[in-house]
Amino acid sequence: MYEQFKVKAEGVSAEVHRFTTSADALAFLVDFLQEEEVTDQDGRYCVVADSPFLGSIDRKQLAEIPGVFFDVTRELAAGAKVGISQVDWALADTGTLVQDATAADKRLVSTLPLIHIAMIATSGLRPDMPAWLADADPDKAGYLAMITGPSRTADIERVLTIGVHGPARLVICFIDELGGPN
Amino acid sequence: MQQEFKTSIDRALHDANLTGALEKFSEAYKVNRAKAYEGIDFEALRGHIAERKGYAAAHLKELSARFQKNAEAKGAKVFCTSDPAEVREYILRVAQENGVRSIVKSKSMATEEIHLNSFLEKEGIEVNETDLGEWIIQLAGQTPSHMVMPAIHMTKEEVADLFSKEVEERLTSDIPRLVKVARQEMRPKFLRADMGISGGNMAVAETGSIVLVTNEGNARLVTSLPRIHIAVIGIEKLVEKFSDIAPILKALPRSATAQLLTSYVSIISGQTPNSDGSLKNLHIILMDNKRSEMAADPMFKEAMQCIRCASCLNVCPIFRLVGGHVFGKVYTGGIGTILTAWYDELKSSEEIQGLCIQCGACKDVCPGKIDIPGLIMEIRRRLVKEQGLPLLHKSIYSLVNNRRVFHGMLRAASLASRPFAKGTRFIRHLPMFLADLTDGRSLPAIAAKPFRDVFKTIRQPKGLPEKAVFYAGCLIDFAYPEMGEALIRILNKAGIEVVFPEDQTCCGAPARYSGAYEVAANNAVDNIRALLAERADYVVSACPTCTVALDHEFITTFESLGETKWLPQARELAARTIDFSTLVKRLVDEGRLTLKEGQQLGTITYHDSCHLKRTMHAEQAPRQLLEKSGYQLTEMFECDVCCGMGGSYSLKLPEISAPMLKRKLTNIKNTGAPVVAMDCPGCVMQIRGGMDQDGAPVRVRHTVEILAEQLED
Repeated sequence: MYEQFKVKAEGVSAEVHRFTTSADALAFLVDFLQEEEVTDQDGRYCVVADSPFLGSIDRKQLAEIPGVFFDVTRELAAGAKVGISQVDWALADTGTLVQDATAADKRLVSTLPLIHIAMIATSGLRPDMPAWLADADPDKAGYLAMITGPSRTADIERVLTIGVHGPARLVICFIDELGGPN
Repeated sequence: MQQEFKTSIDRALHDANLTGALEKFSEAYKVNRAKAYEGIDFEALRGHIAERKGYAAAHLKELSARFQKNAEAKGAKVFCTSDPAEVREYILRVAQENGVRSIVKSKSMATEEIHLNSFLEKEGIEVNETDLGEWIIQLAGQTPSHMVMPAIHMTKEEVADLFSKEVEERLTSDIPRLVKVARQEMRPKFLRADMGISGGNMAVAETGSIVLVTNEGNARLVTSLPRIHIAVIGIEKLVEKFSDIAPILKALPRSATAQLLTSYVSIISGQTPNSDGSLKNLHIILMDNKRSEMAADPMFKEAMQCIRCASCLNVCPIFRLVGGHVFGKVYTGGIGTILTAWYDELKSSEEIQGLCIQCGACKDVCPGKIDIPGLIMEIRRRLVKEQGLPLLHKSIYSLVNNRRVFHGMLRAASLASRPFAKGTRFIRHLPMFLADLTDGRSLPAIAAKPFRDVFKTIRQPKGLPEKAVFYAGCLIDFAYPEMGEALIRILNKAGIEVVFPEDQTCCGAPARYSGAYEVAANNAVDNIRALLAERADYVVSACPTCTVALDHEFITTFESLGETKWLPQARELAARTIDFSTLVKRLVDEGRLTLKEGQQLGTITYHDSCHLKRTMHAEQAPRQLLEKSGYQLTEMFECDVCCGMGGSYSLKLPEISAPMLKRKLTNIKNTGAPVVAMDCPGCVMQIRGGMDQDGAPVRVRHTVEILAEQLED
């Protein structure tokens, strides 16, 4: 399922990575933020929504990077370059991520910044939407969000253009040993 | 048609930006759509959607109530109304009670339907559309030209001009840069808005959830950032179960934009927290506005199965020429014609229904399995019933209804047309007000001797084991009798005697396609009498439009009129009716007819006639026969797109018919084949006439003419 997901997600311009442990993923994140020159300046910093992933790592390593914030407000998220959140499921046949985005900070960090990094437990993979719908519970999750690639538009001359209102890059990190509800 | 409408068509046809963009899109769409549906059983999928949406349409009251109960249990306030004015007032009241000064909106056709923006702006509230296309349209002060791609008619230069004014900076037409400008401009509007208004692609009764489908992410912001969210949703968006989301989400993006899934889908079930920890003030308005009347109509309830993908616009050969503005209302294209007739009033569709050429392309791709052309026909029928036929049509159809007078006139026309034919078999120019008819296409000269007279001189072998009744139809009878002769030669070879009942008359298609069902019903009765008088093994026709009349439409015409008297005979006739190519294919397969073997006749291309392909589903038989007879088949681009004939359509809207013909001629010529075959004498008339004026050395032939030359002696 992972391979199918990767092909489909890359087909809609998402970037897909896979790691064995949270520590591996953390190392990738640290490098990534450095490469993107994340720093404590308007338009250059990173916001992180609370997640089980954060509980599985040495959070200090992230917190030590200047310009990484964990207390997400809408004003903060609006000025961020990178947003990190955890998503709950991945649908292999369309390359789609699904997130219980009831908590507002998850929506803010996955929508407002230019780059969204989505952490996901590999066990959250599902073959397709009907399989996921059978698991989903709208009584518990008030805001279920599906994300397939970055924000896109073709409203000017049908030319596909990335990053209109939402992120221009979607970076997906699968973690095999993340565990969690899935 | 009103001059104003004709003018708007003319304007659209001469808008090179519009037609260029739509043409490019429609060509890419077909390829991409097919790719998006790879590996999916589309018939099964749309059957599922039609069943689910059909169920919802039949249980609107119950589902509305369930939706309300379940959404309110999750903290939403649900307001159900049939009155657009109440929707506007409700929203204004919520806005005023909460001191709302600024609103952001994500795409909602329902709010466009009720002209919400101008209403709120008059009350001093700032309203910003956030979908890029909608925002462009809003800045330009225009209306959307397409249901999914509202600004498809505008060039990047025009958009750059609009944005330049908005940001007071000279921008170039670099699209990524323009999109970035839009992002920067919209951000503060999102952040300062105190209310977000969205539509909804589905409303799930079982859970009280609403589903929003977007690519840009604006709906996520509209539903997340402001503290108040109002969703305005037409009740046709109700579905019963949470699991009903899956089939609709499988079809909607694939059919709308050929995507497997849009970038974002949000399923909102009740109140969610705002970023300050408070709960969203969530209102859901279920708007009826004549939808339940539509759902109660035995025929139009089918239109409730629409999921608003706009694929009927994307495949329509007329829409790509004229775009959405000529429709004059929010909903455009095939389904838009139907929705306008209901949400507005029947009379509002009077002009736009005439744009439909009845080619059936939309019916093939509709994920809601709606018979869009069939419903447009029903609109025509009801319009004629309500308002009567235009006087000119009335006098024409009263003639058609009297076979002797009608056929007498056609004979007289043969003599009268001779001066224009100038010794050829074409009329290339007609004088004065008739000149439009020969603009870009020569008309066939009416045959000196109609088939009915020729038939009497044909000697058929005696003692043939089977018998077929030949239904010629007006074109073969009076313009192309040689096609009838060819058919007899072929069938005789297979041991079938052909009889030609003299009392057969017009199949009624011209009347029916104009909404004159009573006239069509009279034609049907005359033909049933004539064609069933003699006991035969087959009733065969070489005109797909006539075949469809005999095989389907006599029955549906009677049913539409509630007439039962002739129904059993109509069914008997339908059971015996067969189109020429299917019959011949069968005869060849059974070994009763042999085509010359081992010939190399060169390349040929084949044009699909709308009725043969999309109603009779008989597009393979003629191809197989032509290949078997020694031709090498080279398919043309868009082989099954309508040639623009459409019976009297080419007379009513020659300005649309002509560019359709031109495209067809180009596609035929591009194959390099010296011959194009087709199974419909109407298409032959259109394409042969077009090729004559074009001057290209391509022979335009009916399959029957070609096969008659390739029979093994």
